[in-house]
Amino acid sequence: MLALLVTLPIAAFIAILFGAPARLTAIAASTINLALGLYAAITWQCGCWTFSLPVLAKPSLHLAFGFADGMSAVMILLSVIVTLAAVLSGKAPEGKEKLYFGSSLLISAGALGAFAATDLFFFFAFHELALIPTFLMIGMLGRGDRREAAWKITIYLGLGSMVLLAGLVWLANLTGTYDMALMVKAAHQVDPASQKGIAALLLVGFGTLVSLFPFHSWAAPAYASAPAPVAMLHAGVLKKFGLYGLLRLAIPLVPEGLQFWLTPLLVLLLGNILWVGWVTISQKRLDSMLGNSSVMHMGYIFLAIAALIAFPANPLAQSAAVVLMFAHGISIALLFGLADRIERSTGTLDLQELGGLAKSAPGLAFLFGIAAMASIGLPGLANFSGEILVFLAAFKSYNGTSGLGPVQITCILSIWGVVISAVYMLRAYRKTFQGPSVAATANADDLTLADRIPATLLIITLFAVGLYPNLLLNLLK
Amino acid sequence: MPAYYLEALTVTLGIILLMAETFCSCKGKSWVGIAAAVGLVAILGLTFTAIGPEAKPTAAWASWPLWNFYQFDSLARFYKIFALVTTLFVILLAIDFRSILARFTDTPDSEAGTGEFYALPLFACAGMMWLASAKDLAGAFVALELVTVTFYILVAYMRRNVGSLEAGVKYLILGALSTGFLVYGIAWVYGATGTMRLAEIANCLPHLTNTTPLLFGIAFVMIGLCFKIGAVPMQVWIPDVYQGAPTPTTAFLSVGSKAAGFILTIRFLEPFLASEVTRGPILTLLLILACATLLFGNLAAIPQTNFKRLLAYSSIAHAGFLLLALAAWKPETAISEGSIKVVSFYLATYLLMTLGVFFVLAQVRIQRDGETIHDFNGLGKSNPALALALTVLLAALAGVPLTAGFIGKFMVFSLALDAQLWPGIIVAFISAAAGFYYYFNVIRAMWWRDSHNAPSLILPPISKVCIGVLTIAVLVCGIWPQPIWSLLK
Repeated sequence: MLALLVTLPIAAFIAILFGAPARLTAIAASTINLALGLYAAITWQCGCWTFSLPVLAKPSLHLAFGFADGMSAVMILLSVIVTLAAVLSGKAPEGKEKLYFGSSLLISAGALGAFAATDLFFFFAFHELALIPTFLMIGMLGRGDRREAAWKITIYLGLGSMVLLAGLVWLANLTGTYDMALMVKAAHQVDPASQKGIAALLLVGFGTLVSLFPFHSWAAPAYASAPAPVAMLHAGVLKKFGLYGLLRLAIPLVPEGLQFWLTPLLVLLLGNILWVGWVTISQKRLDSMLGNSSVMHMGYIFLAIAALIAFPANPLAQSAAVVLMFAHGISIALLFGLADRIERSTGTLDLQELGGLAKSAPGLAFLFGIAAMASIGLPGLANFSGEILVFLAAFKSYNGTSGLGPVQITCILSIWGVVISAVYMLRAYRKTFQGPSVAATANADDLTLADRIPATLLIITLFAVGLYPNLLLNLLK
Repeated sequence: MPAYYLEALTVTLGIILLMAETFCSCKGKSWVGIAAAVGLVAILGLTFTAIGPEAKPTAAWASWPLWNFYQFDSLARFYKIFALVTTLFVILLAIDFRSILARFTDTPDSEAGTGEFYALPLFACAGMMWLASAKDLAGAFVALELVTVTFYILVAYMRRNVGSLEAGVKYLILGALSTGFLVYGIAWVYGATGTMRLAEIANCLPHLTNTTPLLFGIAFVMIGLCFKIGAVPMQVWIPDVYQGAPTPTTAFLSVGSKAAGFILTIRFLEPFLASEVTRGPILTLLLILACATLLFGNLAAIPQTNFKRLLAYSSIAHAGFLLLALAAWKPETAISEGSIKVVSFYLATYLLMTLGVFFVLAQVRIQRDGETIHDFNGLGKSNPALALALTVLLAALAGVPLTAGFIGKFMVFSLALDAQLWPGIIVAFISAAAGFYYYFNVIRAMWWRDSHNAPSLILPPISKVCIGVLTIAVLVCGIWPQPIWSLLK
């Protein structure tokens, strides 16, 4: 039945193409999907959600959806929540409603399809389906250097997908099946020599999609120029596909290969956290600051994955990665949504031209403040649960006699990232909302009720997971 | 119905239409095209009732000596359908393209000289259908020449257009050269094995004491075939001829002629690849050809600014992927498809994507009077539906998942991985990545660039339906490819 979740946005997209009112259809479809997704996530263990349709006899391919484990349920939950928020908070330019909302739905369908697919072929295919509207939307409706940014993301992610595809096909050939559950069962057929090669391809391929340092330079400009729903959906949901793929396929299938690349991975993720963090501090625009911050936070999730690679019997690490993926997805979507709102009411996102917005738009300032705190990792909000779990997972196998291992050292260094994110977030908040009003902000209008609904939805989620992380952890059991 | 009726009917239809066109005094000529299209649909229907001598050994026709030159199996049926479908779409494209054709014939701006353009493809089609049944090198050669000679005329059809004439001359000279190579190669193969029949060649391979003369002959035949399929080292003609020829002819060359070349390559190489004696060197040769073709086609496509030329390089690039599938030779097994079927499937998806793109290109050529990538600027604004269709088709050519093109590439990569052709795989991945770049360049022009008020295109009904059908087929086969595979059964 999970197929319904995937086909609904596609059906809505087709309806919009044929003239249905764009915004209304999109909102209706995503609301139904949210309800369906919530219900599916709660009952994922019942086995009643699997769906399978044979599409090819030789080699055996199925258009199959289902919950492989709780991780898919969490990712689907993330997708449906962010989709509704994105559709609600986006405001299409005059005359482009069809394109704007249609593409958002298509991105959502692609992400849902990828997270729900149990067949390798469609797992990869649905992700690509989501990328095409992303590219087109950034190029057509973006702002600033939209064409350069869109071309860059097209090339980067296109190449990344190719590398990824090479790894996946290699893997499927060794295991002799495209069914992901059967692949994992046949993991012993992947010989050590191939493991190294496949692990490298998967790390670079998935890594490019998740903006792993040094393949990250597409991300910040693309998010800075993307229209709000695209930035929310890509940074919040679609980007997590790479991490999800690493957890779903790379960890169980090529553990030894990943072990071989552990040290380079640790160096690269420190690049994400410290180097990109440093770059983020020096950003002069709110949108590129948020784009960079999203790249930086990927480092923590990679840290959780590294902890899992180093000590495979570490259930905490997997939960940590998933909770942080979820928390980051919600918080970055909230930040991009509110940043778009700031731009709509002030006409600029340049930090030099902003200031004192809290006076004219207190509601906006309050919500943005919560989102910023979440992003820094303030206790009580979801990101804190995720980050603390990551740090705990990294120290899980700490052994007093042999001293600090590479993962623990990386963890200690990356905790400095929390300081860095506090610096850039609070600095951006001060420059935007505090101080005397300036020309751009003096007459800015505050949030309307319609703006508050998506923001509230996301904030409630952040608090719920922050105060009671078992909501997600129970799903993962 | 005996299978050879199909070729006979196609040729008869062509002759009748040529005569009717000559003696009819009517001004418009598009009825010739419509009649040809209707006839082709009827013949297409008949392919499903066609049978070979094995199915009805008691019939009088089953013992005719013709069957020494002609075979009918599922592969032959598939490639006959392929030729018919291609020709059908090419003729439909020609009907919509007649305004440009009329401009460059002897009496400009009247359709007087355009009638043959609809009838000639039928002869090429008959040749392609015969090639699909090739069993004997002499018969195959005659069929191949029927295709090539028809193309000499079709390429140079726009007599008053310098580009078309230049293309015609280039095609003629290189075509004649490649024919020479082919005949010379066939002579060596005959000399080494003492027979022209492919089945008998397979039998005498184990008794050969010295394979060098045979391999020498095979190498020459392959050079001749490379001309047909558009592969290195005989790829030089492709960009110029594709650019100069009338767009329907280009579409026909790029799909029909290539597929005919591949079925002949498959038929010719099958006995040699089945035998231990000759398999090794032939696979090495195929791998070298595949890598060179992939690199040439894809890397040379990157800087192109003319869309038709881009498609020419893209057609070379796809020939490279197809050759790679052959180089990773694998007979069919219970759980996976063999090289022959993968090549056939890839060609079928290539037909859908390429013909769709040519339909759009023809309309841009007619209504915006240009074929460069710039002429597609702003198509997303002026014709969103058309731009969406072209985006799907180009994404399919690039091999984006959930389109038919992806499954073809996916199968080729799987085969290459099975055969552990590492150099081929690396080259193919570089090529696929390059392909992503140059196809998306056109998508970028359509959606991100402004057209500076170029008029929006008005699609004639035939083009509209064809583009719609082909685009939907590309999407459906991307998710559910089984229909094409069932045709191959």
